[in-house]
Amino acid sequence: MASQPYDEMYLKDDVGRSHYQRYTRWLNDQPAERLAQKRAEADALFHRVGITFAVYGQEEGAERLIPFDIVPRVLPVEEWIRLESGLKQRVRALNAFIHDIYHDQQILNAGVIPAEQILCNSQYRPEMQGVDVPGGIYAHIAGIDIVRDDAGEFRVLEDNLRVPSGVSYMLENRKMMMRLFPELFSEHRIAPVDHYPDVLLDNLRSVAPTGVADPIVVLLTAGAHNSAYFEHAFLAQQMGIELVEGQDLFVRDEAVFMRTTQGPQRVDVIYRRIDDDFMDPLVFRPDSMLGVPGLLTAYRAGHITIANAIGTGVADDKSVYPYVPEMIRFYLGQSPIIQNVHTWILRRKEDKEYVLAHLPELVVKEVHGAGGYGMLIGPAATKAEIDIFRQQIIATPERYIAQPTLALSTCPTFTDTGLAPRHIDLRPFVLSGRDVTIVPGGLTRVALRAGSLVVNSSQGGGTKDTWVLES
Amino acid sequence: MLSRTADHLYWMSRYIERAESLARLVDAHYRMSLLPHSGETLAQSLGSTMTALHMEEAYREKHETIEPRAVFEFVSLDRDYGGSIFSCLRSARENARAVRGSLTSELWETLNSTWLDARSQAARRSSRADIGQFVEWVKERSHLTRGVTIGTMLRDEAFHFTRIGTFLERADSTARILTAHQSDLLPGADAGVVPDPYQWSVLLRALSAFEVYRRVYRDVITPFKVAQLLILRDDMPRSLLRCCKEVYTNLKSVSNEQSAETERRAGEMHAMLHFTRMEEITASGLPHFLESFLAKLRDLGDRIASDFLVPPAEA
Repeated sequence: MASQPYDEMYLKDDVGRSHYQRYTRWLNDQPAERLAQKRAEADALFHRVGITFAVYGQEEGAERLIPFDIVPRVLPVEEWIRLESGLKQRVRALNAFIHDIYHDQQILNAGVIPAEQILCNSQYRPEMQGVDVPGGIYAHIAGIDIVRDDAGEFRVLEDNLRVPSGVSYMLENRKMMMRLFPELFSEHRIAPVDHYPDVLLDNLRSVAPTGVADPIVVLLTAGAHNSAYFEHAFLAQQMGIELVEGQDLFVRDEAVFMRTTQGPQRVDVIYRRIDDDFMDPLVFRPDSMLGVPGLLTAYRAGHITIANAIGTGVADDKSVYPYVPEMIRFYLGQSPIIQNVHTWILRRKEDKEYVLAHLPELVVKEVHGAGGYGMLIGPAATKAEIDIFRQQIIATPERYIAQPTLALSTCPTFTDTGLAPRHIDLRPFVLSGRDVTIVPGGLTRVALRAGSLVVNSSQGGGTKDTWVLES
Repeated sequence: MLSRTADHLYWMSRYIERAESLARLVDAHYRMSLLPHSGETLAQSLGSTMTALHMEEAYREKHETIEPRAVFEFVSLDRDYGGSIFSCLRSARENARAVRGSLTSELWETLNSTWLDARSQAARRSSRADIGQFVEWVKERSHLTRGVTIGTMLRDEAFHFTRIGTFLERADSTARILTAHQSDLLPGADAGVVPDPYQWSVLLRALSAFEVYRRVYRDVITPFKVAQLLILRDDMPRSLLRCCKEVYTNLKSVSNEQSAETERRAGEMHAMLHFTRMEEITASGLPHFLESFLAKLRDLGDRIASDFLVPPAEA
């Protein structure tokens, strides 16, 4: 990497950034044993509470902790305000885009985005064409991944509009920090986050089918073996709604019911945490045991709200990402507040040629990859790995995009050999319903291996508490 | 509430109760094994207990003879056998995990840490000497779980299904332990025959009734009174009457459109025990009585499942 990454805590050696000053003073006063003991306490508590994620491909029932780092990531409130307005702007445009795609397709007709790139995308759902959803909202819950480049600028790395997860860690991390270090919270004015479940429930109720006075909301999970099951159970409990599996629901007369001990009960809003493909075996994957047969019929009839809507994947695909700034201009007539990361689209000939000539410097991503899989990080890759990607790009260029290797910002993090800088990102959760709301901060993920840029929990990432600090 | 949720809660509490019952049985026999000259009685009691609990076949697959330490080890910690205490704790926790959102966080954490501790105890064990400690610990965890359930859960359907599971399982366990000892409880065993003190202590301790017996009867132990205590005393927490009463009252609190017949049968079982005298039971034969009781209990369990827990699919 050419340039020095931005350090979130230090301006230069030993000189803390102003919003971290009080914290670093506190940190320097802490005996090493106390911090070690607090770290052990955090681990024990996470185990007891069962804040774990299931690991795919390992023995059934294997559960692992996501490592929690006790050094918080701090954002001064001025930075947050700008970030917040940029996020709201972006998600408004994305919702407008999805609505447009499933209705008049003005943006395609205007030639802003090549039509075949949307209509031939596997995430485009023709079943949704012409279907009206309450409030025209499709991505009710969006997780927008933000990174900070070497110049200190925030940039959007990725939009997650299908079933973004991680918010439970944001909430549990805060609870843990308050339990471990209550004194920090009396010394700092940290914006609270624990009202997230209330905001989420209110948001979900606000998008119920029209005419429903007191909507019944449920959370649809794939079950206890899903990697994010803890989060599903946690959110359902916090919102006081039923956590259902596909087998608990059925459709009769184009309406959705759940099986209860007192007989069938009508359901109005499904906060679903399973992918489109598994939602209705009569329409999508016929072998799916996770969904509800007939659900799409009820949905298209407007008798049930599904959040996020079916077909949002058409807007968070990596091949569509480069066009989001255009969407903001097209639908809102505004210029983007937060920029994208520069992206080469390999279906374009000149982009492809540039990328093939510069592979060792670039990050190449598979358009449909997720979770940090299907990705080449040029500077860290061997020659053999680069050659494999080169062959694949030449064979099917439309499957790839490329970006410069970003010097993601770093934040001091506890490692086996003491505090050391590690790369981080940020996933704020943007809720759209009657309004667009964001609980201050989000989930900060940290790549725990030295030099690593991969923050995904499935690949050795950890998390930190995220503070929006009012001065 | 969701039928599936009720089902998981019901099984969660059944498994915890089963773990406790097994821990009591192991504990009682383990204490007996520490006494001199207990060999033959111990082997006999273990044999009939394993038969009554339908454990013998699984045990015989691993061991040739009924050897007390092997039995203790098998019942307590065998990982492969689904009926061991270890497996019950795992099943209780798995059921709890499936509905952790419907539990109070205290209850979930109690069940989760019980399982995590059980797992590390099982992994750590080197000698067989601490089986007594293990079952003692299981009883404590069960007491704790019950206390947390009663102390933290809202008195709603979730609570009632949890209680139904507990008392159905407890009734089943008491009836099976009585079955294992029915030959000692037969009529005529009172006069002349000196009852085997070891046997009594096992039976009574396994049902936490040793001190209760002394307190209630202030008398030497006779088979007639032991049976009366464990079957017909309303104030004895593990008696058949008490368990049936709890099942009936909790069932009435969750009543739905199709559950009338199930409630009637539960009420009938309770009334039968409430108005029967011990003499009538011994007249028709204790083994017959216990056999028919267990059959009715099974029927009740099946009916609760189809009325509430796993309703037949909608058209």
